Amino acid sequence: MGRAKLPRKSTNIDMTAMCDVAFLLLSFFILTTKFKPAEAIAVETPSSVASKVAPNKDFVLVTIDKDGKVFLTMDDEQKKELVANTVNSQRNLGINVAAFKKAGFIGAPLSGLNSFLSIPEENRKGDQLPGIPCKDSTNNELIYWMQVVKDAYAGEKMDLLLKGDNVAKYPAFKNVIAAFKKNELLKFQMVTNPENAPEGSELWKSSMKGEKQED
Amino acid sequence: MAELDTSGGGHKKGPGVKKGKKLSTRVDLTPMVDLGFLLITFFIFTTTMSQPTALKLFLPDDKVTPEDQNKAKESGVLTILMGADNHIYYYEGQLKPDGSNFLSASFNGENSIRDVILKKKADVRSRSTDSENPYKDFVVVIKPGAECNYKNVIDILDEMAINVVKKYALVDISDAESQLVKISDASSQTSVSN
Repeated sequence: MGRAKLPRKSTNIDMTAMCDVAFLLLSFFILTTKFKPAEAIAVETPSSVASKVAPNKDFVLVTIDKDGKVFLTMDDEQKKELVANTVNSQRNLGINVAAFKKAGFIGAPLSGLNSFLSIPEENRKGDQLPGIPCKDSTNNELIYWMQVVKDAYAGEKMDLLLKGDNVAKYPAFKNVIAAFKKNELLKFQMVTNPENAPEGSELWKSSMKGEKQED
Repeated sequence: MAELDTSGGGHKKGPGVKKGKKLSTRVDLTPMVDLGFLLITFFIFTTTMSQPTALKLFLPDDKVTPEDQNKAKESGVLTILMGADNHIYYYEGQLKPDGSNFLSASFNGENSIRDVILKKKADVRSRSTDSENPYKDFVVVIKPGAECNYKNVIDILDEMAINVVKKYALVDISDAESQLVKISDASSQTSVSN
């Protein structure tokens, strides 16, 4: 009685399907990744051990570039419209609200706001613009801007961010803080690059123990 | 899928014609799959890692009357001053009129500001009688000079987080201190050039 021979199955698996899946995923990730848009204001942020991710919506961002020039960015278009209308009615500037809403950032003194908004968006480069005057307490237009922005966000959650360049001098930073303080905006966050806590330091020890960093 | 039809469309060859050896067109796709997943992993990691983080800072309210302000014990205060070109200076307690306790430190390497902070912290702890909160009197006062840059300010605030300093304040530099920082900056520059 002969035993029935079991047919030997090949252990080779057809990898084609898996290859297809891998490359499908790859192309999906590449296409959905939002590349960092070329920034109109070139800023190199310092790094810190803070582990909290910077908010990316409903923020009001004040940028200090390497020459200490100050720019204001808002992401909420409705709030921008509110701000533009307030500025128009209080200062009689007659600025173009639609252009203000579209503008990625504000970087001109109030008197030059109209000519700033008439520059096409792609030609607005931080290094060629005057920035918001914020040099001293007598001509600190940022105080006015922050007041208008604060009113626009009245009662709502607003994330105030500050993004400074590595080589910006401290007085520029101080003037911005002074503008925040004047408007009683006492809580803000500074945008930084993530960095690990140095080995052996207290923070490193506590994070090794699994303790969460305080906000 | 990955094979090509090489049978020649059912065309029969003549009796004397020798059949060419059929080569398999099957390609091993395993390395290609490996490569694909490697790239996926790479892209996933690089995209999530570049997210900026935010360092929180709470400003003190200037309107608080002097009576309500926090008083710090002199023995627990460490004042850090910053000058141009990453220069950093510190003194403990109050600055002596002759400036003898005005010392210089650096951000990293030898005589780093971290060691200074840790030393002061241990010092405060050893003298503290409050067992529950031994660091109660420890306050770091940060006074950035006019010439120091934003990076230094962030670095020193970061240092507070690294060394778990609970109480610190960003204070404007006084004229006398500003002069002292300027002189020290200038003297350290000449000593480097000599």
